Amino acid sequence: MASNKKLILNAGLVLGLFSFIGIGLVSFTYALTQQQIAENERLFVLKNLRELVPENLHDNDLLADSLQISDASIFKNERSVTLYRAFKDEQLVAIIAQATAPDGYNGSIKLLVAIQANGQLMGVRAVSHHETPGLGDAIDTNKSDWVFAFNGRSLSDPTPAYWRVKRDGGVFDQFTGATITPRAVVKTVLKTLQYYQAHKQTLTQAAVSHE
Amino acid sequence: MNSYQQIFKNGLWDNNQAFVALLGLCPLLAVSNTVINGFALGLATTLTLILSNSVVSLVRRQVGSEIRLPVFVLIIASIVTVIELIMNAYFYELYLILGIFIPLIVTNCSIIGRAEAFASKNPFTESFIDGLAMGLGFTSALVILGAAREVLGSGTLFANAHLMFGEAAKGMTITVIGDYEGFLLAILPPGAFIGLGLLIALKNVIDKRLAKPATQTVNLTMAAKKA
Repeated sequence: MASNKKLILNAGLVLGLFSFIGIGLVSFTYALTQQQIAENERLFVLKNLRELVPENLHDNDLLADSLQISDASIFKNERSVTLYRAFKDEQLVAIIAQATAPDGYNGSIKLLVAIQANGQLMGVRAVSHHETPGLGDAIDTNKSDWVFAFNGRSLSDPTPAYWRVKRDGGVFDQFTGATITPRAVVKTVLKTLQYYQAHKQTLTQAAVSHE
Repeated sequence: MNSYQQIFKNGLWDNNQAFVALLGLCPLLAVSNTVINGFALGLATTLTLILSNSVVSLVRRQVGSEIRLPVFVLIIASIVTVIELIMNAYFYELYLILGIFIPLIVTNCSIIGRAEAFASKNPFTESFIDGLAMGLGFTSALVILGAAREVLGSGTLFANAHLMFGEAAKGMTITVIGDYEGFLLAILPPGAFIGLGLLIALKNVIDKRLAKPATQTVNLTMAAKKA
């Protein structure tokens, strides 16, 4: 009986020790790489922002002019959405929202949605996602040109009732074998457009107080 | 044949984790859509195998048989998380492509399989080499399947090589079939299953061819004895 107890205690201790070492190792690597990872993500975002809003269209630092927005009526579960604004001569040229589609096939899809000051979409990009390779990952520009279908669209083209994938009676293509992914993306782009429409005043006004 | 050669022969051919043991099929089938993806995941898996085999072998006397599996899982999960963080920091674009499959290396059965079947019973050097050999076997399966699928599916080889080897490798991409629409099935999951099936069949044919001369000589000697 006593030796049995000792055996169990020993096993527990060994297991605990290994957990401890494992946690230590992972924490150490995390501390070591975290800065580089954050920098990678920042550069990646900047590269994508430039792709959506070319440098010659604005004269401000996009990353410096970012806002944290939240609007519970539109982005329901999101804690906050990062919004970048492009100005030229203190006029709002475009906004780029880093919106998250929470309902992708494999978790959430991080999107960049660029909207011109007049409410037209300049473009949409998927920044990070875990969609199935070969199926849902057609939202990547290097896999297919599906996301370009958003260019030039707005809340009046098509009207919100048609902001759906074709299978749901809308105007946007779905991909073969993957309806969930495009459905999530379309929904989030629509939400971002609605946000912009609702907050257009504040966003442009912020441009005045920008100085 | 000394034991190290035997370990290599096992890992690369006789007990190839992908073609013979059929372990780790999830990453094998999912990521083998291009050579570079397959090669990158193969390397990450190999590194995991080497490290986990080495560590398991070093602690094999300290860890009782009752708790060895949870300890192995802890070791493997820690190693994979560390590799994932490092890839995220230094091979960011590749990390974006391989997506969920890096953390999923944890669930690659061949890793815990080798820890349990080999490293927990063998000394450090043998275990280290076994990890390397098994990893290389798995990597070659990924690369061969990846090459076949990439050529059939998109008509290229080594696309996106710059994600692994830097900008200089941009010219490495070979267009095998120019102006090619692509055979979508090869890139989609069914193409992976069919391709793997054909490769296993090919390996079996080669094995049979190799085995035939040996049996023939045996038959001959037996016939000679009868006569």
